[in-house]
Amino acid sequence: MEVRVSNVRKEFDGFAALKDVSLDIRSGELIALLGPSGSGKTTLLRLIAGLELPSQGKIFFGDMDASEKTVQERNIGFVFQHYALFRHMTILENISFGLKVRPRATRPPAGEIRRRAMELLDLVQLSGLEKRYPNQLSGGQRQRVALARALAIEPGVLLLDEPFGALDAQVRRELRRWLREMHDRTGHTTVFVTHDQEEALELSDRLCVMSQGAIEQVGTPDEVYDHPASPFVFGFIGESSELPVTVEKGELLLAGRPIGLAAPEARPGPARMYFRPHDVDLVEGDATLAGVVHTSRRVGGTRRVEVDLGPANHKVEIDLPFDHPAGERSQLTFRPRRWQLFPSA
Amino acid sequence: MSTLTVTAPPRRTPWRLRQSSVIPGFGLTLGFTLTYFSLIILVPLIFLVLRATGQGPGVFWAAATDPRVLGALRVSFLTALFAAVVNVIFGTLIAWVLVRYRFPGRRLLDAMVDLPFALPTAVAGVALTAIYAPNGFVGALLTPFGIRIAYTPTGIIIAMIFIGLPFVVRTIQPILEEVSREVEEVSATLGANRFQTITRVVLPSLTPAILTGFALAFARAVGEYGSVIFIAGNIPFVSEIAPLLIVIRLEEFNYTGAAVIATVMLLISFALLFAINLIQAWSRARYGYGN
Repeated sequence: MEVRVSNVRKEFDGFAALKDVSLDIRSGELIALLGPSGSGKTTLLRLIAGLELPSQGKIFFGDMDASEKTVQERNIGFVFQHYALFRHMTILENISFGLKVRPRATRPPAGEIRRRAMELLDLVQLSGLEKRYPNQLSGGQRQRVALARALAIEPGVLLLDEPFGALDAQVRRELRRWLREMHDRTGHTTVFVTHDQEEALELSDRLCVMSQGAIEQVGTPDEVYDHPASPFVFGFIGESSELPVTVEKGELLLAGRPIGLAAPEARPGPARMYFRPHDVDLVEGDATLAGVVHTSRRVGGTRRVEVDLGPANHKVEIDLPFDHPAGERSQLTFRPRRWQLFPSA
Repeated sequence: MSTLTVTAPPRRTPWRLRQSSVIPGFGLTLGFTLTYFSLIILVPLIFLVLRATGQGPGVFWAAATDPRVLGALRVSFLTALFAAVVNVIFGTLIAWVLVRYRFPGRRLLDAMVDLPFALPTAVAGVALTAIYAPNGFVGALLTPFGIRIAYTPTGIIIAMIFIGLPFVVRTIQPILEEVSREVEEVSATLGANRFQTITRVVLPSLTPAILTGFALAFARAVGEYGSVIFIAGNIPFVSEIAPLLIVIRLEEFNYTGAAVIATVMLLISFALLFAINLIQAWSRARYGYGN
């Protein structure tokens, strides 16, 4: 189902958690709400669910105005970070809960409820555990039960609030891949909240980057990573280094010295240049960025060095091959391969 | 010579009283606990039982089955059970309001819950009697309808409700705080209406706490003396409670009689509390509360 968030504003005791947010969620897509804590991403998710009501604006499910509907009527599946399983119920009872509480007219017969719950249990790969209680399962298993429970009511939209946040790194990776497969198989429109940019990039069809109660950028992982719309997005998604440069006659200058990068279309004057540590070339010559290695750390398959760029004490991070001989105090000259200019703040 | 056995048979760790642990002071604290427990609880109770049975089982049986004693025990336990049930219902409600909602005066209300703990029970008894007596504030309103509260078992129940309430509220409150809002929210997203959320999700998860609160309120009510005797009217077979009968026996210098009633009360209370504890242990093990 399509979800349309239209000019929504949400205030808590005079504090605006969301400021005039609009977002179109396409039917069947897996979209991530990504942002630091306090960015309003969870508030937006809870508004879509109906667990909070907007101070202003509307939310549509398809053509239906959902703002008027209660949580119960919205038919959404919600999964919390800490699972929120019913501890006094078995796994099977947990999964069938949503069907069992339906009014008699729409409630499937008991046998049918059981059959569907068992099917879902199979889907989340927990067959055989139906008689267990939640406290007898591991974190990853509990989260899959929570998901099966949400899917049991055949929700129009599936909403996940930091679904992997409480799990350890390896389980998280596994569940991530598994969730992607699940989504491809079942095709539920899914919105998930995360503060982990790697998770958002890997998992989502599109991501919606939020900061301070507003949406910064919405796009596919490639668009957002390669063409960040704002310094915030550049800094938040992936690694980045920033330098205060000046544009003069279509060329970039750092502290009055040309660095060998042309920007013919940029407005003359001060600007901020962003680039990614791995998007640099080591080059010889005068018109380059030249500096002294300050620290050097091994990060996975590369070596990340912090380079001190002389005059105004600018420090930037760049990646070198792990077997590069540069050690502390070595001189380096380099030039960003890809970079982006933003106006000075 | 086959002393070179490579695979030793799996050895069971011998059971030891003391597991080696980094938590210090096991010997000291357990020793202190047992000594203290003996001095404060066990020894007095043993002497009580010895006193009651000292003159042989015949005397014990005769004193225990005296009709007035049986009547007093019935009044005591029935009113205490009833009061505990009422307390569990309304105590849970009060705990719910205090935990889930924010409203002006909440802290004041929260503090007032403890008042029955602090008030001398005789004061409570006098106050309740003044209100519920036929010419009292509430009593006068009910008298035209032929309803009498003071000097009837109903009065006893009201006094017991008064003194037992904080036990229920204070046991349920922390557990309710622990049962996360999210569980209630998830129930709503699954389509459960408010009533279903309360009856199927919230209350079942509170069961262990409710049982504890029930047990405490019940135990307190059975042992209550001060507030009850003012409002009860103390009519034998109708509104005379067992603790009062114990005092009456003492005033008659019938120490054995008093000890016998006390012992019977002790046995019944212990059996009930022990049963409640077993139910709790079972539900804890199953649902994993407290871990």
